[in-house]
Amino acid sequence: MPGAGTGAPLVELRGVNKHFGSLHALRDIDLSVEAGEVVVIIGPSGSGKSTLCRTINRLETIDEGTILVDGRPLPAEGRALARLRSDVGMVFQSFNLFAHRTVLDNVTLGPIKVRRVRPGEARDEAMALLERVGVADQAGKMPAQLSGGQQQRVAIARALAMHPKVMLFDEPTSALDPEMINEVLDVMVGLARDGMTMLVVTHEMGFARKAADRVVFMSDGAVVEEATPEEFFTAARSDRARDFLSKVLAH
Amino acid sequence: MDAVLESIPAYLTGFRVTLYLTVVSGALSLVLGTVLAAFRVSPLRSLRTIAAALVEAGRNTPLTLVFVFFVFILPGMGIVLPLGTLPAVIALTVYTSAFVCEAVRSGINAVGVGQAEAARAIGLGTVSTLWLVVLPQALRSVVPPLINVLIALTKNTSVAAGFAVVELTATGRGLARDYPADVVAVLLGVALFYLLITIPAGAVAGWVERRVVFTR
Repeated sequence: MPGAGTGAPLVELRGVNKHFGSLHALRDIDLSVEAGEVVVIIGPSGSGKSTLCRTINRLETIDEGTILVDGRPLPAEGRALARLRSDVGMVFQSFNLFAHRTVLDNVTLGPIKVRRVRPGEARDEAMALLERVGVADQAGKMPAQLSGGQQQRVAIARALAMHPKVMLFDEPTSALDPEMINEVLDVMVGLARDGMTMLVVTHEMGFARKAADRVVFMSDGAVVEEATPEEFFTAARSDRARDFLSKVLAH
Repeated sequence: MDAVLESIPAYLTGFRVTLYLTVVSGALSLVLGTVLAAFRVSPLRSLRTIAAALVEAGRNTPLTLVFVFFVFILPGMGIVLPLGTLPAVIALTVYTSAFVCEAVRSGINAVGVGQAEAARAIGLGTVSTLWLVVLPQALRSVVPPLINVLIALTKNTSVAAGFAVVELTATGRGLARDYPADVVAVLLGVALFYLLITIPAGAVAGWVERRVVFTR
C-alpha cells in the first residue's frame, strides 16, 4: 500500500546538520518517509544525497538534529546500533559483496550471525531471495565472477534477507554498465510494488517517474523541493530544480 | 665429513629444540600478532595505544635485549620464570608478534572500507565485522609477508643459544669444539638443518596462497 501513511513515519529526520570540515554537507534537513512509501532523492553531485542516505543507518554521524527510525532515535553505538542497522537494509553504489564468500554465503551471513536463524533455514530463504532477484543459478559462485548487475541484485537479496523495515539505496545503478541498469531497476520496481518502504538516491529519472511516491530534490546540502514525480518533472517550482532537470532531461 | 655423520644424533637433538621454538613461538606470534593488529584498528583509543606501544617496543628492540629482559631482568624484579625453553619462547613471541601485527595490519588496511560498511549495515558488531569479514580477507593477502616473518623467526631462534638453550646453533658450537679440524663442515651441517625448516615453510606458503586465493 504505497503512501498508506498511517501513524508515525518510519523514518524521520528533524533539523539534521552535518559538516565535513568547512563544507556544510547537510543543512537543516527535515524529511520523513511513511511506511510503504517510496521516496527518491535526486540532485546534482555533491548535493548531499548520499550523505543523507548514509546518516539514516549511521554510517555517517550527524552534528546536529534527530533521526528517528520507527519512532526511536538512532542509537549512538554498540549493540543497539547494530540491532537498528539489521532492520535497515542498505544497498551501496559499489555493491560491497563480501569478496571472500560465495553469493549464497553473502545472503545467509546476516540471518545466521545476527538473527540466529538456523543455517538450513537461512539457506532455503536465501535461495528463494536469489530466485526473486533472478540470480539463483549463481549461488555457488564468488562475487567477482558475476557481472555488476548480478552483483547488485545479490546485494539487494542480502539486504532483504534481514527482513528490513526500510531499504536505503545509495546510487545503486551508478557503477553499472548501461545494459545492466534495467535489470537492477526492475528488481527495485518490483520491491516498490510489493510495498517495501524505500529511500532511493539515484540519477535514474525513469525510475523516479515510475516507482516514486515522492521526489525530494536536494542542492548544496539542503532539501530544495518535495513533490510528486508528476508535479516535479512537469512543473518544478524552484529555479534550481528546473535548471537541474533541463540538464539531465535534455537528451 | 665423518664428523658430520657421527654427529647426526646430536644435530637431531638440537634440531628438535629449534623446531619446537619455531613452531610454538610461531603459532603464539600469529595469534598474538593478529590480536594486536585487531587492537590497532579498534575504535577504542586505549586499545590502539596499548597495541602500538607493544609493537613499537617489540620491533625496535634488538632480539638479544628482549632475551636479556626475560632471562635476567624479569627474574631480578622477582618474576621468576621456569628455566629451559619457556623464557626463549616468550622472548621470541613478544618480538615476532610485533612483526606479525604490522603485516596483518597492512592486510586489514588493504581490505576496502566498503566491506566493513556492508558488514555493519547488516547489523554485525565491531568484533564480528572484523572476525567474519575483514580479517579473513586481510590474512589471505598477507600470506607471503607472514611467511617471511616466520622464516626470520626460524633463524632468530639461534639467539636462544646465548641463553642456555641447547638448540641447533648451540649444538653446532659444541660440535665445533669437539671437531676443531672440521669446523666448516660441522657448521654447514647446522645450516642444512635450518634449511630443513625454512624451505618447506616457503613451499607451504605457496600452497596456502594458492588454496586461499580469491578475486576481489
